[in-house]
Amino acid sequence: MAIDIDTARKVAKLARIRVEEADLPRLAGQLSGILGFMEQLNEVDVAGVEPMTSVTPMRLKRRADVVTDGNIQAQVLSNAPDAREGFFAVPKVVE
Amino acid sequence: MSANTWTIAAARDALRKGEISAVDLTMSCLTAIDAGDGLNAFVHKTPEIALEQARAADARLKAGEAPAMCGIPLGIKDLFCTRGVPSQAASNILKGFRPEYESTVTTKLFEAGAVMLGKLNMDEFAMGSSNETSAYGNAVNPWRRKGSNVQLTPGGSSGGSAAAVAADLCLAATGTDTGGSIRQPAAFTGIVGIKPTYGRVSRWGIVAFASSLDQAGPMTKSVRDAAIMLGAMSGHDPKDSTSADLPVPDFEAALTGDIRGKIIGIPKEYRMDGMPAEIEALWARGIEMMRDAGAEVRDISLPHTKYALPAYYVIAPAEASSNLARYDGVRYGHRAKLAQGDGITEMYEKTRAEGFGPEVQRRIMVGTYVLSAGFYDAYYNRARKVRALIKRDFEVVFNEGIDAILTPATPSAAFGLGEMADADPVQMYLNDVFTVTVNLAGLPGIAVPVGLDAQGLPLGLQLIGRPWNEAEVLNYAHVLENRAGFVAKAEKWW
Repeated sequence: MAIDIDTARKVAKLARIRVEEADLPRLAGQLSGILGFMEQLNEVDVAGVEPMTSVTPMRLKRRADVVTDGNIQAQVLSNAPDAREGFFAVPKVVE
Repeated sequence: MSANTWTIAAARDALRKGEISAVDLTMSCLTAIDAGDGLNAFVHKTPEIALEQARAADARLKAGEAPAMCGIPLGIKDLFCTRGVPSQAASNILKGFRPEYESTVTTKLFEAGAVMLGKLNMDEFAMGSSNETSAYGNAVNPWRRKGSNVQLTPGGSSGGSAAAVAADLCLAATGTDTGGSIRQPAAFTGIVGIKPTYGRVSRWGIVAFASSLDQAGPMTKSVRDAAIMLGAMSGHDPKDSTSADLPVPDFEAALTGDIRGKIIGIPKEYRMDGMPAEIEALWARGIEMMRDAGAEVRDISLPHTKYALPAYYVIAPAEASSNLARYDGVRYGHRAKLAQGDGITEMYEKTRAEGFGPEVQRRIMVGTYVLSAGFYDAYYNRARKVRALIKRDFEVVFNEGIDAILTPATPSAAFGLGEMADADPVQMYLNDVFTVTVNLAGLPGIAVPVGLDAQGLPLGLQLIGRPWNEAEVLNYAHVLENRAGFVAKAEKWW
């Protein structure tokens, strides 16, 4: 399926990546090319096939539902672009 | 020969006999690294950490308590989180990120006494086959075509690892492989690289690309070294729920060289249209070597092979779009400078536009699209069904008695940097044609250097084994290595 400029704009929005209006045609073309390549999958008869959900058939381990870590606020915040008073700081969300 | 050129096995023996100290061995690598800046393989050097670890290794060696990796100087792919050391996944979005924690793989290697020389270049977020998507600029292949100065790609995504090992800047390196990112660069640089069975090595602390496909593995100068280092990297980790709680065999002990009576499958679907005659000839030589060693060679069919690449390029970007949603400019890494009145959405959008390179952006958007309402079934679910069929293809031949599968590792030798710049993104994806099936099916696969092409560049073959059977795969690889007698090295120009 060919991706038009509106679809490219919408995908960029969903992905939270700013794409300048002038770059949308090129992006749409590239996405169309990649998705066109994927169209080959339509040739495969997948009737009755379950989608693969785990690589190795195994029961995932469970762990006890207990606290195993904590009290490391400084470490958690140490790489934040903006941390204040023990919190991550972001632009105002609610007016 | 200067010690940086040694294999792990040779260095281990020399260290244990006291013929060299870990500090001297490390120094010879640090010297080679400083002289190797032209390769752009090491992007963060950590000489202080290396020397401190080497001194500790010498103390352990003196005490007679020295595991195989004790005192062995390694390069670590930038995808691994290393405490206090930049771990950027070759992306601007993680610029300045210094993890407060250590990945399980590096923790295990350090506990075994290994020495970290620094962090290695790679494609951004491991998305690429040529190292050209790196925020650091590409690493360069130490190999050149005969009589040519054209700079070649070391492959990708573990291109810095491959270049560093091939150029003897370190004894070995860690790599990761989501669609071929260990095996393709290993083949392009004439070294050995193994992607273990999915779940053999913990993914904890490795920056995630596509979680159902990613596996870490060693990139080394010999099959024996791959066996030694894989042993140190493997094992169950409660912090990765997909890591298998299985005993880790002694991989090195499995290198008996005896493969008599084993059955090697040759899949006809890997004989691609337009495959270069040299790759075809290399494969035929490999088949002869296996026969000569007493294995039975049998033609097999893996009928869904053709659909592996398109399935991969749905599944991997889908998983990447979820995994990379965490880079939002809030908790770590880059945050864009905001204009007056910008809210949180603008912060996300500007941060991600500035932080991610074009290929990563493309893959996130492809993933977003195939997961979006209305397309989820048509693309993502269909790809997962095809993935099940690809896995079934392998199960069928293994059930029919095939012990391992021999294929080419790559469709060509290393190509020139910039040569693919104007190509369609799909052209670059074709590099993974022989390797992605193995990730989709979660199997172990190893690339072994077997010969040189007419231009003097290394070519490799790939062996694929049954799940959890790295030991046997390594033994087949060892046979191939012995018979191929590949000893060529890149001529030093850097």
